[in-house]
Amino acid sequence: MTTLIAIIGLGVLCLIFEIFDFRKAIIPISIIGLLAILGLTVSEFNSPANYYNNMIVVSKFSVSFSSLFIVLTIFLVALGHNFYDNHQSKLSDYIAIKIFLLSGAVAMVSFGNLAMFFLGIEILSISLYVLAASNRVNVKSNEAGMKYFLMGSFASGIILFGICMIYGAMGSFDIVEISDMSQSAELPIWFPIGIVLVTIGMLFKIAAVPFHFWAPDVYEGSPTLTTALMSTLAKVVAIATLYKLLSSMHADINYSFQIVVVIVSIASMTFGNIMALRQVNVKRMLAFSGISHAGFMLMTLLSLSTSAGSLLYYTSAYALSGIAAFSVILYVCKNRENEDVVNFHGLGKTNPLLAAILTGSLLSMAGIPIFAGFFAKLVLFSQTIQAGYLVVVIFAVINSIISVGYYFKLILAMYTKEPNETRTGKPFLIYAVAVVAILLNIIIGLFPSLVLDLLA
Amino acid sequence: MNVSLILIILLFGALVTYLAGDKLASKVALFFGLAAAGCSIVLLNHFNLGENISYISQWITSPKVSFALKADGLSLAMVLLTTVLTSIIILSSFGNDFKNSKAIYSLILFMSFAMTGTFLASDGLLYYIFWELSLIPIYFIALIWGNGDAEERKKAVVKFFIYTLAGSLFMLVAFVYMYQKAGSFLIEDLYKLDLTVNEQKWIFTAFFLAYAIKIPLIPFHTWQANVYQKAPTLGTMLLSGIMLKMGLYSLIRWQLPLTPLAAKEYMYIFIGVGIAGVIYGSIVALRQKDLKKLLAYSSLAHVGLIAAGTYALNLDGFRGAVLQMIAHGFVVVGLFFAAEIIYRRYETRIISEMGGIRSQSPKFTSMFLILVLASVALPTTFNFIGEFTVLYSLSQINIWFALLGGTTIILGAYYMLKMFQHVMLGETNTKVFAYVTFSEGLTMIIIIAVLFFFGLYPKPINDLITPSLEAILNTINKYN
Repeated sequence: MTTLIAIIGLGVLCLIFEIFDFRKAIIPISIIGLLAILGLTVSEFNSPANYYNNMIVVSKFSVSFSSLFIVLTIFLVALGHNFYDNHQSKLSDYIAIKIFLLSGAVAMVSFGNLAMFFLGIEILSISLYVLAASNRVNVKSNEAGMKYFLMGSFASGIILFGICMIYGAMGSFDIVEISDMSQSAELPIWFPIGIVLVTIGMLFKIAAVPFHFWAPDVYEGSPTLTTALMSTLAKVVAIATLYKLLSSMHADINYSFQIVVVIVSIASMTFGNIMALRQVNVKRMLAFSGISHAGFMLMTLLSLSTSAGSLLYYTSAYALSGIAAFSVILYVCKNRENEDVVNFHGLGKTNPLLAAILTGSLLSMAGIPIFAGFFAKLVLFSQTIQAGYLVVVIFAVINSIISVGYYFKLILAMYTKEPNETRTGKPFLIYAVAVVAILLNIIIGLFPSLVLDLLA
Repeated sequence: MNVSLILIILLFGALVTYLAGDKLASKVALFFGLAAAGCSIVLLNHFNLGENISYISQWITSPKVSFALKADGLSLAMVLLTTVLTSIIILSSFGNDFKNSKAIYSLILFMSFAMTGTFLASDGLLYYIFWELSLIPIYFIALIWGNGDAEERKKAVVKFFIYTLAGSLFMLVAFVYMYQKAGSFLIEDLYKLDLTVNEQKWIFTAFFLAYAIKIPLIPFHTWQANVYQKAPTLGTMLLSGIMLKMGLYSLIRWQLPLTPLAAKEYMYIFIGVGIAGVIYGSIVALRQKDLKKLLAYSSLAHVGLIAAGTYALNLDGFRGAVLQMIAHGFVVVGLFFAAEIIYRRYETRIISEMGGIRSQSPKFTSMFLILVLASVALPTTFNFIGEFTVLYSLSQINIWFALLGGTTIILGAYYMLKMFQHVMLGETNTKVFAYVTFSEGLTMIIIIAVLFFFGLYPKPINDLITPSLEAILNTINKYN
């Protein structure tokens, strides 16, 4: 609870700083503030509690995911320093929106009531709509914002409709009450329909097939930093929330629901990978790769009671490698017209450190050992086999092989092509974020127990 | 003192080599390669005295994975092969001038680290991690320092990477499946598993995919010749000398003892696959114009015979396979090095553009001839012992297998001697063939000395590997 209040306080502080013309201090203060909030959150790990008639429930699950979100936000705020240096006057807005977005994210994993859940989604989504369109003079950014807003609000409507159905069936918004009642034998038909509608809405936010159509366009059109935010933070928040919601409603008991998860998961990973093979724009490629990773993450829904730890691990591994990759993209594609692979030619010669970091993060996404992505996939496969879905694992393995194809396209471009022009300047924060993110990735790759055992 | 020390030396060496800078890199790398080789010899002594040099500690609690390194005779023989060959390979590349040499030498040591880990790991997942890890350095070595057209090289290397990764991922699934049954990745626990014949068949197939691509056996060999040709010679040596031994070693250590019933049922098929590789490799080698490609196909033929020997599932087969693995490792490194020596002077790998070297450099010619004869299993060389033990084991299964497998020697003699004739003899070449340098000569002499020494006195290696091979054979026969 204190986390949520502190985050909102920090967001307001950002805006006040602008009023008093402390613009230079905004990013350092936000980072320090977020680090303090991270400490505050972690300290709550062993003290679960409920607040305001179960509106907010602080549990191990919510604390560990909130901590992950805060870490990601720190990275994203730090990257803003270089990214927004042409828009100094808007800096406070951008940073404040990101911090408010974080408050929505934290609310989404610590909800105890469906009303709070919906509030969280809306805070997160509206911040994202604004950020997607934040490059006002760019047509593509406007288009991205508009597309995302139209599709997103539609999904929000579906979620809201689903919540109404669940309320109609159960007569309550409270998760604990719904959870108790959902174990009774006779359930009104509205209850499963409600769950399906909410799931559809969330699958949209996760960008899983067949609700993924917005993702490539929006990712490509949005400012790169916003794309980084959407593909790491927003995706992770959505899947964590869906997991929490479905596990509290015991959705996995139903066999037909599991079949749906299997199909969506296989379709997402296959479709995402095959489309990614053909992309020349790196942001689009990562959008499709994100769709395929969404398919992997959905595999956790097949063993809801035991897979919280592996979901946390997979999301951390994916998000950390995503942050590292995007910080390199931010550096390479600054002031370029597009983010095509051409821009990465010869990076291995001109900037070996960043090339190595991007290689590392791509290898992590492909699931090569010592990077966290390997253990993430391993644990996921292990759990899915235990749940009895060897077929899904075989598909996942085939997809891992396909994904190497496009990740390596980028690696090849960096190491075998001649550089076209050198970049000057070494923005400290971009380097710092990239190095720290990939190091964290390797650390949890070498010592997976650090994360896996948190939610065991 | 335990075997993890070798791994630490190699990993630390990789780091120091990178930091040492381009000028010193080769010497620093050689130092650490020799240190690792020395360390493995010292450990071998400790092992022979009956000391416990294994290392085990808990790594991950859930899933239960241990950092378990277990040294028995077989592992130690392979570790010795790796560390000694790594040193030889580093020494052999002293004559090359690499761009960014600190990176390539540190990658070599890193790859040696991963391969040593593969030979030592006794935990399925740890083994898998080392197995995959060894792929990354060779990928970059072949990609960045390779020769020939960049686009074609890229295609060859990416194909290699995706092939091997694809194979090993199925092995990973098999491991995860067995983990669900056994509750642990430790090899002892996996050996104890009581799998049904049907399960064993699937697991056998998954393992086979991984190993057949790595070794390679036909029909999974298509990446091999191109990568061998396009990689820098040092990468080719690493691939053919050590890395493909990883696949053969894994057959003995992992695949056959874990799935003995399936192995027995499919025995004839897989011996057949191995022997088909022998004949196919030899015939294709006959028609090669590129020296490195010819050696690649001859290597395909030899490993086919080794694989057939392991699938024969008897002690002679195992023993012969391991002996031949070591012998082939040395001889193939020597032959590729000879090709590199010629390339350094003539700047060509096409056989028809060579010739007449004998009159200019008789010493080099005789060293080359010894290697050629060793590779066709001339008696008194190490390869003779390996190859004939394998053929003997095949004759115990079926005399026809031995006869067909024996073609490797006949055909091998034909294409190797023909190659020798075109490369070394004939009209005096107009291009000058400079004398072999000290480091080149030293490398060749070390390799030849090893081949002759063990050819005349194979007992030390035989004594080292036999107990562990007998133990593995007992596991395989537990169902009888």
